[in-house]
Amino acid sequence: MTLCFTVDGNDFLRAGEASAVVKRTLKQLGLESSLVRKIAIAMYEAEMNMVLHANGGNIKVTLSDTYLTIQMMDTGPGIKDIDLAMQEGYSTANQKIRELGFGAGMGLPNMKRYSDELKIKTVVGVGTEVLLGFKL
Amino acid sequence: MTVEELTKQLNLTCMGGKKGLGKEVTGVYIGDLLSLVMARSKEGDLWLTVQGHINTLAVAALVNMPAILLVEGILPTDEMIQKAEEEAIVLLTTHKTAYEMACALNKWL
Repeated sequence: MTLCFTVDGNDFLRAGEASAVVKRTLKQLGLESSLVRKIAIAMYEAEMNMVLHANGGNIKVTLSDTYLTIQMMDTGPGIKDIDLAMQEGYSTANQKIRELGFGAGMGLPNMKRYSDELKIKTVVGVGTEVLLGFKL
Repeated sequence: MTVEELTKQLNLTCMGGKKGLGKEVTGVYIGDLLSLVMARSKEGDLWLTVQGHINTLAVAALVNMPAILLVEGILPTDEMIQKAEEEAIVLLTTHKTAYEMACALNKWL
């Protein structure tokens, strides 16, 4: 099964909808709720990063019997220092975003914690591709 | 204890998501940083926060929290109320602080 989403970078009100759809779909397919929660959290973090930092992007979710892959591509500013970005508490979010409760510097750490596989390809000024993998 | 029982006992105002009033509350989480809340809260927690916007509701839905309690007189946006109805997550408000509410909740949970 493959699901594709386009994430609008300017629409804060709809941010997180792709994650909500994936969560609902996985629940309907009968996946264990703790696994669904892990996937939903990791994907929501990645989706919000696209909205907050990269002006949106595209998501492709591929589901097999044993593995779930979430591929997220954006044409945003890229990540200058991935090691720094992986540190809990580090964030480049602006004040407006922080006031909404984002920008805790937990996005990438949460994605790593809740997934079985996290790969990031990024080029400054070109964009970022994030791959999240989960064993089912 | 159900959300409805807590709402009555603690004299909270329900602003939306009434369909979820029968859900069980099994714990409490207090926080305003959404990533931390996602990582640390538990399913069934009542979430005390000052974040009265739609993204808060999205987080509560993702981690299966039955209700959000906005403290210190914070009011939800219209979009948040609408989303609460869709997700059947109860949206509660109080003028009290998170600390005051936590002390009160401790007697009931």
